Amino acid sequence: MDFELDDEQTALRDAVRGLLKGYDPATNFEHRRQVTAAEPGYDEALWSRLAEMGLLGLPFSEADGGMGAGPVEVALVAEEIGRVLAPEPYVAVVALAGGLVAALGTDEQRAEILGGIASGDHLVTFASGTVAEPVIQGARADTIIWEVDGEVFVVDRPASTTAYRTHDGGRAARLEFDRAAATPLGAGGDVSETVRTVLARAQIVACHEALGAMDTALRLTTSYLTTRQQFGVTLNRFQALTFRAADMYTDLELTRSIVTWATMVAADPDTSDAAVRDASARAKLQTVRAARRIGQEAIQLHGGIGVTDEFSIGHFTSRLTALSHWLGDAREQVATLSAGIGGYGVIDPLD
Amino acid sequence: MRLRLTDEEAAFREEMHTFFTTEIPQDIRDDIAAGREIGKDHFVRSMRAMNAAGIAVPNWPVEWGGKDWTPLQKHIWHEELQLACVPPPLAFNAGMIGPVIAHFGSQEMKEKFLPATANLDIWWAQGFSEPNAGSDLASLTTRADADGDDWIVNGQKTWTTLGQHADWIFCLARTDQDVKKQAGISMLLFPMDSPGVTLRPIKLIDGSFEVNEVFFDNVRVPGENLVGEVNQGWTQAKFLLGNERVGVAPVGATKRALATAKEHATEQGALDDPLLAARFVELENELLALELTALRVVANSTDGRPHPASSVLKLKGTELQQQVTELLVDLAGPLSLASGSTTVPEWATHTVPTYLNFRKASIYGGSNEIQRQIIAGTILGL
Repeated sequence: MDFELDDEQTALRDAVRGLLKGYDPATNFEHRRQVTAAEPGYDEALWSRLAEMGLLGLPFSEADGGMGAGPVEVALVAEEIGRVLAPEPYVAVVALAGGLVAALGTDEQRAEILGGIASGDHLVTFASGTVAEPVIQGARADTIIWEVDGEVFVVDRPASTTAYRTHDGGRAARLEFDRAAATPLGAGGDVSETVRTVLARAQIVACHEALGAMDTALRLTTSYLTTRQQFGVTLNRFQALTFRAADMYTDLELTRSIVTWATMVAADPDTSDAAVRDASARAKLQTVRAARRIGQEAIQLHGGIGVTDEFSIGHFTSRLTALSHWLGDAREQVATLSAGIGGYGVIDPLD
Repeated sequence: MRLRLTDEEAAFREEMHTFFTTEIPQDIRDDIAAGREIGKDHFVRSMRAMNAAGIAVPNWPVEWGGKDWTPLQKHIWHEELQLACVPPPLAFNAGMIGPVIAHFGSQEMKEKFLPATANLDIWWAQGFSEPNAGSDLASLTTRADADGDDWIVNGQKTWTTLGQHADWIFCLARTDQDVKKQAGISMLLFPMDSPGVTLRPIKLIDGSFEVNEVFFDNVRVPGENLVGEVNQGWTQAKFLLGNERVGVAPVGATKRALATAKEHATEQGALDDPLLAARFVELENELLALELTALRVVANSTDGRPHPASSVLKLKGTELQQQVTELLVDLAGPLSLASGSTTVPEWATHTVPTYLNFRKASIYGGSNEIQRQIIAGTILGL
């Protein structure tokens, strides 16, 4: 068992971090504000650079125009995105929509759609239901991977689209679909099992994005506690505050362990789909619980500026709340896990 | 990153599982599984069985019976032991004084004490805490004054766990009154039946006798029984407490307790209650996150320095341990009041005493407030 990145993965992480430096909330939060204020809500030039680096095709096979990398590499990109609250819809496009095409698409569909995602030329997103909402970047996407009643189709963005801004600075839309305009993804028919597994895999990636955001939220908070002065001393002199920061750290590390483990489960070639879905539910449940506590405490320890739009920390809480409710919330995970609870004695992660 | 154990690690795990489930007397394991109080005899028989197999003190230097195991192997050993309902090797011997003697003691002292300590021929008591020196241990006032080559010990210790069974005590005493408080402390070893030693048991809230007060009235200790150098005691105490902290995330035992709780809930048909099922789900998940954190720490701490995340293990581990005892009380419901009954299920009668007893877990081994202080200070730089 080994939880650490290898040298190549560390180099990839550093490169991604370098690419996203412009969003660093400690030095230049204004940049994110500008990007999210204008359409389409993310930096298209940066998106192209992500494509040039191969990051948009990271998990796709080389035959489909990708890099043939695994869940660990995708996870570390997501974590870096979360760390600086980058508004680029990486998980929705690459892990979720791209993941479904990779799992279900015909050779031609994979080559065309995944090639388009990898090159950055086509934005592809996922939607579920005849009337789907909120669809991440639904009004900007060129192509929608659309699930309805267990079947999955490829459709052009429908004409009936209502776009809006989400509370975390992102973009989403309400989309109304016409089945007549849709082409089956792959052979067609009921593929709900595959959809569940791909969603579970994307959920693990999204947990890494949340993990990155929680890490920064804690770092910004401890930095604030050591600089802000009241009563003639810095705030870290008050044990009531430092103990709360210690609890944030405990939440963060427990979440890092379980989310990293879930990615290891997803990356293991011998793991069943059921095991991946179980690991995903567990990672998500812990992430949601930690995200709520860390998000709230980060604001509280910043005091009034934590609730302002001007300061970065509240935006972390907003984004963490968005990630907590996207792709299945805690209630859903508890229901899923409750259903299986009588079937085993202890959980054995080494089995 | 790698999910699975290597073939060697998996074989090691199987070996440990087989040993603990076949070589430790069944009656001992049954008593632990049922949540009964365990006595001196349980510890002695269990530790001697382990020592005979050479696995009672894996954390000691190899020449004194330790094992050249990886941190992951030591973790597996500890987890399998707990899952198999085996009493751990006595902490005062295996985890505390043994490593201190092996590290700081003279060759003569090692030969005299280490084999007997590993085999539990000597039962050690820990003489650290005092009425006015708990978390602030360095404030201790028990004193040892030189008299020729001997030391004369006067003062009082408290919270001396299982001291009623002890043959010997390792005792911190002030040997220099005139220096900074940490700089004037030494560690002395002496028999509990030395003239001038009096032990008074302290009855606990659950009715059990687990801790004691120990009084010293002009106890004469030969100079050769001072560990290492005079006034080196604080260094030795920090060394000991550093070892102690690693072993205090009781993951395996808590997993087992939670699985037992689930069996009782299943028997009652209570798992159909979504509120109760959710409690199990949340606890199991946090416990999984804790276990994975422990694995992260042992799998990636090869350079000998503790992994930063290790500091959360005691804090979170004891919180979850306590939450499982609460869950068991709630499962027993009104029957939890029938703690004196011989007709209600035995497990239900143990729930409240166990719950009350385990309030200790967030206090001992460096209280959880001390753990938060460590996290805030040394990890977060606050």
